[in-house]
Amino acid sequence: MAPADLIMIAVQLGLPLLLLVGAYLCGSLIEAAHYRQLRRREQASQNFPAITIPSVPESWTVLEAQLVTGSVVISLDYFKRFLAGLRKLVGGRIKSYESLLDRGRREAIMRVKEAARACGAHAVVNIRLETACLASSRQNGKGTAGVEVLAFGTALKLAR
Amino acid sequence: MILSNIETVPGKTIKEFFGVVTGSTVRAKHIGRDFMAGLKNIIGGELKGYTELLHEARSQALERMMQEARSTGANAVVNVRFSTSSVAQGAAELFAYGTAVRVE
Repeated sequence: MAPADLIMIAVQLGLPLLLLVGAYLCGSLIEAAHYRQLRRREQASQNFPAITIPSVPESWTVLEAQLVTGSVVISLDYFKRFLAGLRKLVGGRIKSYESLLDRGRREAIMRVKEAARACGAHAVVNIRLETACLASSRQNGKGTAGVEVLAFGTALKLAR
Repeated sequence: MILSNIETVPGKTIKEFFGVVTGSTVRAKHIGRDFMAGLKNIIGGELKGYTELLHEARSQALERMMQEARSTGANAVVNVRFSTSSVAQGAAELFAYGTAVRVE
């Protein structure tokens, strides 16, 4: 075999492999950083009441109500999508998608809380979550470009 | 205009109902953003371009809903719901609906 052929084979095998390794490293770093950031923000807003109950507790005196939304579009890295593809062959639990949705939902809820706080509210009631898949325009729309998570609720300004 | 996603406006009483009001918008992705999102899709994480795009579109849907409510003489919309559906490849419909009411 000519050395040129060997180089061609190395390039053809090596590039996707390099992409996988690179995606794995970047993806893990990004995910770990996101979880750290989420934990910090969640701790900071622990005392901010955000509930899914659609009524206002009787002891609260409401001055003002306002709709607040928070949304995020989040996607998996190439490596995890590759693993999920393999997992689909045998079936079972796909952990990488679980953590993706967990991150998306927590981020959306944090954004609702932050939006509520930014407009001077003291609590959010009736938080609802909605998830939508965004189809990628490449791959005939089959590949997933990301998941959108929307959280919304009614922010209340209370008399204290 | 007051919006809420619960059945009443807390702290106020509903005097009159005007029925369902809706607002929707259909958006397609932008090639430049799609390219950047494609790159970002390799390493994962938040696709900020799409987050912004959908946020803008949803604000427009809400704005249209509020316009409809205003034209009926309402000053609030209660029980607001959102829904997203993809109507075509690379395009999505963002829809907001609720009940227009007059509160005091």
